[in-house]
Amino acid sequence: MHEMSLADGVLRLIEDSAKANNFSRVKTVWLEIGELAGVEAEAMRFCFDAVMKGTLADGARLEIVTTEGKGRCFSCGKTVAIQLRYDPCPLCGGCPVEPTGGMEMRVKELEVE
Amino acid sequence: MCVTCGCGDGETKIEGEAHVHTYTPVHEHGHGSLISGHAHSHAHDTRMVQVEQDILAKNNQYATANRRRFAEHGIFALNLVSSPGSGKTTLLTRTIERFKGKRHIAVIEGDQQTSLDADRIRATGAPAVQVNTGKGCHLDAHMVGHALEKLALPDDSLLLIENVGNLVCPAAFDLGEAHKVAILSVTEGEDKPLKYPDMFAAAGVMLLNKIDLLPYLDFNVPLCIEYARRVNPYISVILTSATTGEGMDEWLEWLDAGMKQAFAQKANEVETLKRRLAELETALAAKG
Repeated sequence: MHEMSLADGVLRLIEDSAKANNFSRVKTVWLEIGELAGVEAEAMRFCFDAVMKGTLADGARLEIVTTEGKGRCFSCGKTVAIQLRYDPCPLCGGCPVEPTGGMEMRVKELEVE
Repeated sequence: MCVTCGCGDGETKIEGEAHVHTYTPVHEHGHGSLISGHAHSHAHDTRMVQVEQDILAKNNQYATANRRRFAEHGIFALNLVSSPGSGKTTLLTRTIERFKGKRHIAVIEGDQQTSLDADRIRATGAPAVQVNTGKGCHLDAHMVGHALEKLALPDDSLLLIENVGNLVCPAAFDLGEAHKVAILSVTEGEDKPLKYPDMFAAAGVMLLNKIDLLPYLDFNVPLCIEYARRVNPYISVILTSATTGEGMDEWLEWLDAGMKQAFAQKANEVETLKRRLAELETALAAKG
């Protein structure tokens, strides 16, 4: 359940942004989570609601934008789409495929008032 | 609720004491003071604010500070991660015994509850600090920073950070270590690297421990290594038995090489600073 800590990290970024951008209420939070980031979207939603209670983002809507997992195949050298870290290359069937994208977990933007 | 550092709810304890922060938490939990401004009857205009920041940004800032501290003092820091019961603490006590009198070693122990592991380490004579994460499932860089204040490590030490026994959550949290070391015991099954790929992808080394039990088990060592390399082509593998001492020489050599590198980096940095100081003094003298 490290999603709890991640949700707390989201709250801290929101609070920093509230100070810098002078807002007091958050309506929507957009997160960008890569397919290979090891974050469970459902757990994230659950923890988000729990952590935001009683804060400036209480009741805020959470939008999760999933970014595609990508990797470079050691066998054929091509960049391919993968959903899991140990997926074999969909083109040549080889492995390992070294992840090159889809590992991010970022707060993208906020709708505030 | 603040589970990253435990501030506010007293969840994290270092050596049994709830740690007191020297900074003021920006968020105030539970009483909604920040939302008092929204209770107007008219509709508010909404606007968009770009953030574009890593969720782990705060943890990474603390990790960077820890890493800088390690580099300045020639400290080789390792983050030991595994399932509960992989033999981490026994491996640590054996490692400390083998290095006794040759190297300074200190340990940070992470567990949800009890100081049992830190007590075991202290019994070897090495200094240890116990961090209890309460409900938290991993150590974070902030907790480690606080634990470092308690340890007062001398220069050129080896710091072994034993994370909470958990093959999932500690993968995401950088503590400022030089490497994560994943410890997998052969009683756990060779498919663990595929089942918990994030951890093995984040680790620089895999210690395959309890190999003295291999004759009694149906554990396929080459297959396990192949699985580990499938998720992390660069992972080094060392086979050990903390109980019989098999493979411990290789593990100690690996540690020794890492420590030497950390000392060399520190020496380099000191040299660079001295040169810079000499240059500035020359420049100052020329002006005077």
